[in-house]
Amino acid sequence: MAIRSRKTGKPAPRQMAPQGTLARAPKKAAERGIAAAQKSRTNGRPEPWVGRRYLRKEDPRLIQGISHYADDLRLPGMLHCVFVRSPHAYARIAGIHTGAARSSPGVVAVYTASDTKALGVVPCAGALPDLKIPRHPVLAEGHVRHVGEPVAAVIAEDLYQARDAAEKVQVEYDPLPAVVDPEKALAGTNFVHASVKSNQAFTHQLKNGDVDAAFSRADRVVKARFVNQRLAPVSMETRGVVAQYLPGEKTLTVWSSTQIPHLLKTQVALILGVPETHVRVVTPEVGGGFGSKLNVYREEAVVPFAAMQLGRPVKWSESRRENIAATIHGRDQINYVELALKKNGTILGMRARVISDLGAYHQLLTPIIPTLTALLISGCYKIGALQCDVVGVFTNKMATDAYRGAGRPEATYIIERMVDLAARELNLDPAEIRRRNFPKPREYPFATITGITYDSGNYENAMKKALELAGYSRLRARQKDAWKRGKYYGVGLSTYVEICAMGPSTAMPAGGWESGTVRVEPTGKITVLTGASPHGQGQETTFAQIVADIFGLTPDDVNIVHGDTAAVPYGIGTFGSRATAVGGTAMYIAAQKVKAKMAAIAAHLLGEKAAAMNFSAGRVGTKKKSLGFGEVVGAAYVARNLPPGVEPGLEATHFFEPSNFTFPFGTHVVSCEVDAETGHIRIDKYVAVDDCGNVINPLLVEGQIHGGIVQGVSQALFEEVIYNEDGQLVTGTLMDYSMPKAAQVPEFILERTCTPSPVNPMGVKGVGEAGTIASTPAVVNAVCDALRPLGITHIDMPLKPEKVWRAIQQARAAAAS
Amino acid sequence: MIPANFDYQAPSSVEQAIALLESSHEAKLLAGGHSLLPAMKLRLAEPALLIDLGRIPGLSYVREAGAQVALGAMTTHAAIAESPLLASRSPLLSRAARQIGDVQVRNRGTIGGSIAHADPAADYPAALLALDAEIVARGRKGERTIPAREFFSGLFSTTLLSGELITEIRVPATTGAGTSYAKFHHPASGFAVVGVAAVVKMASGKIQSAAIGITGVADHAYRAGAAERALVNQPASAIAGACSRAAEGVDALGDHFASAEYRKHLAAVYCRRAVQEAMAAKA
Ligand SMILES: Cc1cc2nc3c(=O)[nH]c(=O)nc-3n(C[C@H](O)[C@H](O)[C@H](O)COP(=O)(O)OP(=O)(O)OC[C@H]3O[C@@H](n4cnc5c(N)ncnc54)[C@H](O)[C@@H]3O)c2cc1C
Repeated sequence: MAIRSRKTGKPAPRQMAPQGTLARAPKKAAERGIAAAQKSRTNGRPEPWVGRRYLRKEDPRLIQGISHYADDLRLPGMLHCVFVRSPHAYARIAGIHTGAARSSPGVVAVYTASDTKALGVVPCAGALPDLKIPRHPVLAEGHVRHVGEPVAAVIAEDLYQARDAAEKVQVEYDPLPAVVDPEKALAGTNFVHASVKSNQAFTHQLKNGDVDAAFSRADRVVKARFVNQRLAPVSMETRGVVAQYLPGEKTLTVWSSTQIPHLLKTQVALILGVPETHVRVVTPEVGGGFGSKLNVYREEAVVPFAAMQLGRPVKWSESRRENIAATIHGRDQINYVELALKKNGTILGMRARVISDLGAYHQLLTPIIPTLTALLISGCYKIGALQCDVVGVFTNKMATDAYRGAGRPEATYIIERMVDLAARELNLDPAEIRRRNFPKPREYPFATITGITYDSGNYENAMKKALELAGYSRLRARQKDAWKRGKYYGVGLSTYVEICAMGPSTAMPAGGWESGTVRVEPTGKITVLTGASPHGQGQETTFAQIVADIFGLTPDDVNIVHGDTAAVPYGIGTFGSRATAVGGTAMYIAAQKVKAKMAAIAAHLLGEKAAAMNFSAGRVGTKKKSLGFGEVVGAAYVARNLPPGVEPGLEATHFFEPSNFTFPFGTHVVSCEVDAETGHIRIDKYVAVDDCGNVINPLLVEGQIHGGIVQGVSQALFEEVIYNEDGQLVTGTLMDYSMPKAAQVPEFILERTCTPSPVNPMGVKGVGEAGTIASTPAVVNAVCDALRPLGITHIDMPLKPEKVWRAIQQARAAAAS
Repeated sequence: MIPANFDYQAPSSVEQAIALLESSHEAKLLAGGHSLLPAMKLRLAEPALLIDLGRIPGLSYVREAGAQVALGAMTTHAAIAESPLLASRSPLLSRAARQIGDVQVRNRGTIGGSIAHADPAADYPAALLALDAEIVARGRKGERTIPAREFFSGLFSTTLLSGELITEIRVPATTGAGTSYAKFHHPASGFAVVGVAAVVKMASGKIQSAAIGITGVADHAYRAGAAERALVNQPASAIAGACSRAAEGVDALGDHFASAEYRKHLAAVYCRRAVQEAMAAKA
């Protein structure tokens, strides 16, 4: 049974997940999960869909450009919105003159804060005890606090008229000195929010074990300061909002390029004061988010507000400049870290201070992100004692929030750099010091010093495999040879663990569960409604593979519906590598419920036991007696001959609450060459061994790893949002902001190990962020390793050529003097 | 990213284009649009009239012209990169063209547009200077030929007069010389942080002459005279020393990606690499 690409008719690439991933599933998970299903089908039955490299159902429409993004929507009578944004980092608004704009051709309305001040504010879900939440109005009130802050909204008949009129809105600004450097901001008296009277937004401490004792017992203490620079997520599709209000029906429909349609629906209702029953949010095609669309933005309130005021549909499409200036940023931490070590490399204790640059206002999860750094800061190591202090700082910049990995890449960078520095200090091989501090496989579930429990793992196995694949000893030999020739060649490791499948509701700001509905339609086709809201990950395909196997059908028989609050029961959304592990599980359990009902009906019709019913190749029954799948479905809907107590219809909904996060892990190995003359870095080899538990579709897992590594390598080498000392955004276009390009990254050599998660029946973990989390420290470790002969221990990211060149110059000068 | 209002005309001859250019002070020629349109979308340029050169026949060619190769102003980077004539007679320009931007930019952008725009980080200017190329401009008063050395005059500025347009670029055949273009790409824009074009003639193991054009370092591309002079009559071992003078006396630009000091340093390194490569290239 070959999969054929629908267009070409050629067989699609197809193979089972390599290294027999499912076969290695521990007994416990296998009994309940797809591993069991897989096993039971090997005797003469069709090969399951799960585990195949099945081409994405989404791709034909995306590749042909015939699907619809927010900007493709055209509604009758639709108006266009352009925002007037602050050119200043910090200024008092002395006056706004909208007369000329209002009388500009085609202009229907110009809104400023005086029109919107009665509306609710942009929400923040953070709940730390001392958290200051300054007012975050939908349009700037009194002051602007970052470049790109929206001050006015111009609504016109067409986009060109709106853009021209926006130039005519005159805003009188009294510029104020900007707060830019977060460390200076903490000590300073120039406040981003006068009402808060401090730039400190919150503090958070995670403390466990006797830290002072650990440090006083230590043979060695290694200290470092790291900068984890600010990044722009730059999803391929920028944001976009279309809103329509029907005054008769009193219904508000908002189409938005978001990762969280249901949460947005609730928030729009609250901000605008509309009953939630009358609000519908639809996500059209969403062209990526990387966390940046896991948010509620000002524009998502202003555009519907205008549509309600004017009784006409209104559209806003974000430009790339707006996207870089006024969509959330990621990272932006300064870390002070100390590690207490025994001579043999044992990590006795860790102290860390995390200074998080939050920007001017809290977005949805702004203050939560750096607390995730604290939660993961011990990485994949047994650490005796820990103190991690986090402080959030207001500055005159765009807010930071969730960007691919969200707090976890920062944690991984900290611990993986520190372990490398420790290895160097103690003269140990970087792989060896890691091995000595890993928990052993029998120690799972493993309770970390940060207070969480790693569900499963085998770090040493993944590392061993990665080192073998990379030819670690050969790379070391090559390095020695390069050093002898005055060349700089380095090898870097990153052994990471991450927190996925977000998450149990107790650990989440607004619910960590997910919903799934499975409905077998009267024609025998299956509709799945999922509260997860994929936006490029490919769940329309993987979820269909899972459901097809459960019912003995094909993925083409299954349609996944998501992103429409009028059609789909309430859900949380897609982020934190949760869609499959949490949303997929909800759907899996709902499907099992429907299957049980169909089994009962089929057994009744066949005069057999329900437990004996098998679903295979479109039939339901036993080897001897069976019915067509459609016959059983027909019986459920015609409802004339149902077993006693069984309701008509074939639909079930399940709300799945996970008992824990999942903890994927792995090892990435990078080798690189540094051109000492220019500081240019060339990555020579990139090997990644990742363990994300059971794999639904290896093709999509590899795609996620590829994209993740590219973004992580890009952070290490190029990417950086730069505000100058006046708070001006210097990297405001893609001519200055270095998005990674295919030609800039090496070939990736990928492998997997498989340690199924015990916290969900499918044994899946999540893979959306792994590449980003693992790759950044691996690259920096490789570069610092290459420069060892010069005595260079650390260079902050991004490792731009000039910075590397200067570090080399300085080291040489120091050696000469 | 919406430009301001503008009028649009697509003349069918150079004469008509010149007449239109004279008709308005705020007119701009449109070639490949890959410098002009981005500037318009950011409203950094707001021309009242766009004169599209794309409908004028006979402005896109690469052909032999005596000891020179002549290129029409509307010849795209891609056509220059792939020209068999240039490959055999004057390969330096093709090498530079191959390193411009990405596929889309090379398919749309033109040599005339690039040199008229005179971006301080553009690639062609370095090559044209090293080649001692000529630029043919036409205006109401007729045609004139401008040596490349007299063409680039400052940041985004040239000695082209208002009312003039570029019709042709002429480069000499470099038979007998080795040529090379060494470029340090900006990771975001793809433009040259530093780009060095070298034309080197050798005689009995020594450098007979070297012509070196450098882009990306100063506000406009320049000939590295001090380095060129230092290279003459020198053996391979003296190249590094001579090339360390690649940015001598040059007022370098700096930005957040590369400071002035670093650019000058890169100029020296890339100068050496370009000269070495040129020497190794089969003439
Ligand atoms: C993403 C991107 C990357 C790029 N990377 C590079 C790079 O690596 N290296 C590089 O060198 N360039 C690069 N460029 C610029 C590119 O090469 C442009 O194509 C070129 O600079 C302008 O040529 P054009 O034909 O597009 O001209 P246009 O944009 O149409 O015009 C540019 C200017 O020249 C004038 N003009 C056009 N034709 C004539 C003429 N015949 N006579 C007089 N004036 C004329 C116009 O009025 C305008 O002022 C890049 C551009 C982009 C968008």
